[in-house]
Amino acid sequence: MPEIIEKKLLRPPDVFFYKIHAPLVAAKAKAGQFVIIRLHEKGERIPLSLAGIDPAEGTINLIVMAVGKTTGEMAALKEGDEIKDVCGPLGNPTHTENAGKVILAGGGFGIAPLYPIGLAFRRAGSPVVSVMAARSKNLLIYEKEMREISDKVLITTDDGSAGMKGIITDALRAELEEYGADTVMAVGPAPMMKAVCEVAKPFGVKTIVSLNAIMVDGTGMCGGCRVRVGSETRFACIDGPDFDGQLVDWDCLINRQKMYKAEEKESFEAWKKRHNLP
Amino acid sequence: MPEENKAKAKSPKKLNPKRTPVREQDPGTRKRNFEEVSFGYSPEEAALEAKRCLECKNKPCVSGCPVGVPIPEFIAAMVEGDLEGAYRIIRGANVLPAVCGRVCPQENQCEGSCTLGKKHEPVAIGRLERFCADWQMKNGARSAPEAAVSTGMKVAVVGSGPSGITCAYDLARLGHKVIVFEALHEPGGVLFYGIPEFRLPKKIVAEEIDALRQMGVDIRTNSVAGKLITLEEIMKEFDACFIGVGAGLPRFMGIPGEDLNGVYSANEFLTRTNLMRAYSFPEYDTPIKTGKRVAVIGGGNVAMDSARTALRLGAEEVTLIYRRSEAELPARAEEVHHGKEEGLRFEMCTLPTKIIGTDGWVRAIECVRMELCELDQSGRRRPNPVAGSEFEIPVDTVIMAIGTGANPLLTGSTKGLDLNRGYIVADAETGKTSIAGVYAGGDIVTGAATVISAMGAGRKAAKAIHEYLSSKKQ
Ligand SMILES: Cc1cc2nc3c(=O)[nH]c(=O)nc-3n(C[C@H](O)[C@H](O)[C@H](O)COP(=O)(O)OP(=O)(O)OC[C@H]3O[C@@H](n4cnc5c(N)ncnc54)[C@H](O)[C@@H]3O)c2cc1C
Ligand SMILES: Cc1cc2nc3c(=O)[nH]c(=O)nc-3n(C[C@H](O)[C@H](O)[C@H](O)COP(=O)(O)OP(=O)(O)OC[C@H]3O[C@@H](n4cnc5c(N)ncnc54)[C@H](O)[C@@H]3O)c2cc1C
Ligand code: SF4
Ligand code: SF4
Ligand code: FES
Repeated sequence: MPEIIEKKLLRPPDVFFYKIHAPLVAAKAKAGQFVIIRLHEKGERIPLSLAGIDPAEGTINLIVMAVGKTTGEMAALKEGDEIKDVCGPLGNPTHTENAGKVILAGGGFGIAPLYPIGLAFRRAGSPVVSVMAARSKNLLIYEKEMREISDKVLITTDDGSAGMKGIITDALRAELEEYGADTVMAVGPAPMMKAVCEVAKPFGVKTIVSLNAIMVDGTGMCGGCRVRVGSETRFACIDGPDFDGQLVDWDCLINRQKMYKAEEKESFEAWKKRHNLP
Repeated sequence: MPEENKAKAKSPKKLNPKRTPVREQDPGTRKRNFEEVSFGYSPEEAALEAKRCLECKNKPCVSGCPVGVPIPEFIAAMVEGDLEGAYRIIRGANVLPAVCGRVCPQENQCEGSCTLGKKHEPVAIGRLERFCADWQMKNGARSAPEAAVSTGMKVAVVGSGPSGITCAYDLARLGHKVIVFEALHEPGGVLFYGIPEFRLPKKIVAEEIDALRQMGVDIRTNSVAGKLITLEEIMKEFDACFIGVGAGLPRFMGIPGEDLNGVYSANEFLTRTNLMRAYSFPEYDTPIKTGKRVAVIGGGNVAMDSARTALRLGAEEVTLIYRRSEAELPARAEEVHHGKEEGLRFEMCTLPTKIIGTDGWVRAIECVRMELCELDQSGRRRPNPVAGSEFEIPVDTVIMAIGTGANPLLTGSTKGLDLNRGYIVADAETGKTSIAGVYAGGDIVTGAATVISAMGAGRKAAKAIHEYLSSKKQ
C-alpha cells in the first residue's frame, strides 16, 4: 500500500501537504491529471489533483483541504501511515503546447495543481504569470513554489495584507488589460473559475478550467461526474478534467456538487463526534 | 429387470411436470434486505429435481449452453450421489458455476432447449448447477487445479470481469504467468460492482477470485490500462495480451433534465451500492440518495437490479418504465417475477420525454404512451408515441438503465487497434484483434451481453493465445 513519506501542515488549520510513495503512478503522471484515493476498507473514493510528480523519487505530492469526513480523516494521518488505494493517473494531462503567454489563476487548494501545470507550460516554452488570491497573507499557500515557475507573480488579498487589496479577478483583469495573454488557466472552486471565465471572455483569450465534479470510479463507468460543456454531456474524468471554460454550464456543475450535502454533513458530524472533535 | 425399471422411472408419464420449487425469502421481508433471495436447493430437493432429467441422447440442453456444460452427465453424477464428480464435470466447461447457476438467462439457454420443456417445465438446470457449486464450496476439497510446468511466457489480462477471469484461469492452468490489470479496487467486473448482493453474494465472487490467486495469477487492482500502462508498453513487457474491459460507458437518453440532482445512471446507482456499500452509509463513507419515489428507465437485467436495489434502500414506490410491452422485457424471467412479487410498478409501452425539476432537484418525470405497431427487423414491435398521451409521474429519483457503450479509456489510447463504433473488432472464434498478440472478448467486443458469453470468449481467446505462444516459442 502506498505510504505517506512526508506530511506537513501547509496552512493552518486545514490545508495539508503529502508526499506519497507511488512509483508506478509517478512514472506515468503528467501535469493536470489526478488520482483517486480510498483511505481504508470502508472509505469513499475521492479525487485529488497531482500537486507534484517526481518520477525519479517515485513520489507524488497532494495538497488537501480538510473539508469533510474523508479529507478530515486524511488530516489525521501521519508520516509512515499507508493509504489503502491510490488509483491513477486519471484524466487527461493539460495541453501545454503552443499556449503562448499563460496566466495561471489559482484559488484555494487549486493553487497546488497549478504548480506542475505551470512547470509544464514553461517547459513547453510559454511565459507564465501566476495570479494567486487569499483572504489574508497568512492564508496564502505555495507562494515560494509558484515564484519558482513563474515569470511574474501577482498576489491579491481581501484585506490588503499582501500584494494588491482585492479579489483574484481584479488582478487578472489588470494583467489582461495592461499586458494581455493568449491563455488563461483557472483551477479552484467552481464559483471562482466561473468568475475568471467572465473576466477573461471580453479579451478573447483561451480559457482552460479544471472541473471538480463529484466522482466515483474515475474511469468513465458511472457517469456521476457528467458536466455540460457547450450543450453536450461530457464526463469530467475521461473527457476532462480540463475543458474550455467559456463553454461550461457553471450553474449545472455548482448544483451537482451539492447533491450529497446533507449526507456529507451527517457523515462528518458522526465522525467528529466519535473522535471528540469540535 | 433393472434396465427396464430405469426406463420406466424416466418415462414422462411418471414425471412430475413441474420443477421442484426452491425456497426463497418472503417477498415482503426480502424487499427490505440485501440477503440472497433464493436459498437454493437442499440436498433432497436437488436429488428430486435431478431425477427429472431424461438423459436425452441428443442433449439439446447442451447445445443451448454457450460453453457446452455436459448437462446430462453432471446430472447423472448427481443422481448417483457423486456431487464432487458432478461439480468436476461442470467445472471442466465452466470456471464460474456458482455464478452462472445464479445469473444465466437459463430460459433462453440450457433450459430453453430442454426436451422436457416442450410439454412440461424444463429441468431446473441452473438451480442444480448452483447447488453443486455451493455444495463444493462448503464441503468439497478446495484445491485449485495445479498449474502446468511454467512455460516462461507472460500474458497480461486487462479487466477482471468474467471474460478476463476465465482467460486468466485457462492460461494459468497451461503454465503461463498471468498478470491481471483491474481499474477498480475490487476484481470481478460487473459481478462485483453491477449485479447486486441479493442475486449474487459478493463472497461467492471473492471465493472465485481467491481460487485464481491461488493458481499464481497476480491481480493488480487500481491499475487502469491506457493510463498507468499503455497497450504498447504491455506488448513490450508481455508475450501476449487479452482485453476484457467490458462495456461500461453509461448512456443517457438526451432528454431535458438529465443533469438534475437525483438522476443516476444505473451503473452509478449500482456501483455506489455494491462496490462502495452505500447501503451501510454512514458506516461506509459513500452516500446514495434513493428518495421515496423512484423511476427506473429500461427493461433489462440492469433496470430490474436498479429497481429492486432502490426498494431495498428504502424507496416506497418504484416504477419501471419500458417503451415496449411486458412480453418483450429483456430481463431474465425470474427477475421480472421476483420484482413483481416485491411490488415493483410496471409502466409498459411508455417513453420518458422530460425530467422535471425544482431548485435543481428532480420532482417528476414526464412520459408518453407508446402504441405498438408492425414488427421491425429484429422481430420486435416498433413502438410509436401516441400524440396527446403525455402524463407525469411524481418522483424524486430517476435511474437510467438504457444500456451502455464502449469505454474509450484503453481503446482510445491505442494506435492500430481496429474498432467498430468503439467496440474492438475481434475474430469470433479466437478473439484475435488487428494487433499481433492482442486478443479481446466479452462485452468490449460484442456489446453488453451475458456473463456466460463473456466467459466463453475468454476461454476461446485463452486457447488461441496458447497456440500463438506455442508457435512463437519455436
Ligand atoms: C478532479 C478533482 C480534483 C480535486 N483535487 C483536489 C485537491 O487537489 N485537493 C483537495 O483538497 N480537494 C480536491 N478535490 C476535491 C475533493 O475531492 C473533495 O474535497 C473531497 O472529495 C471531499 O471529501 P470529504 O469526504 O472530505 O468531504 P465531503 O463533505 O464529502 O465533501 C465536501 C465537498 O467535496 C465534494 N465532493 C464530495 N465527494 C466527492 C467526490 N467523491 N468527488 C469529488 N468531489 C466530491 C462535494 O462537492 C462536497 O460539497 C478535487 C476534486 C476533483 C473532482
Ligand atoms: C447490473 C447488471 C446486471 C446483469 N445481469 C446479468 C445476468 O443476470 N445474467 C447475465 O448473464 N449477464 C448479466 N449482465 C451482463 C454481464 O454482467 C456482462 O455481460 C459481463 O459481465 C461482461 O463481462 P466482461 O468480462 O466483458 O466485462 P465486465 O464484467 O464489464 O468487466 C470488465 C472489467 O474491466 C475493468 N476495466 C475496464 N477498463 C479497464 C482498463 N482500462 N484497465 C483495467 N481494467 C479495466 C472494469 O473495471 C471491469 O472490472 C448484467 C450486467 C449488469 C451491468
Ligand atoms: S452455464 Fe448457464 S447456460 Fe450453461 S448450463 Fe450452466 S446455467 Fe445453463
Ligand atoms: S434436455 Fe433436459 S431432460 Fe434432456 S438431458 Fe438435457 S436437461 Fe435432461
Ligand atoms: S467518475 Fe464515474 S464516470 Fe467519471
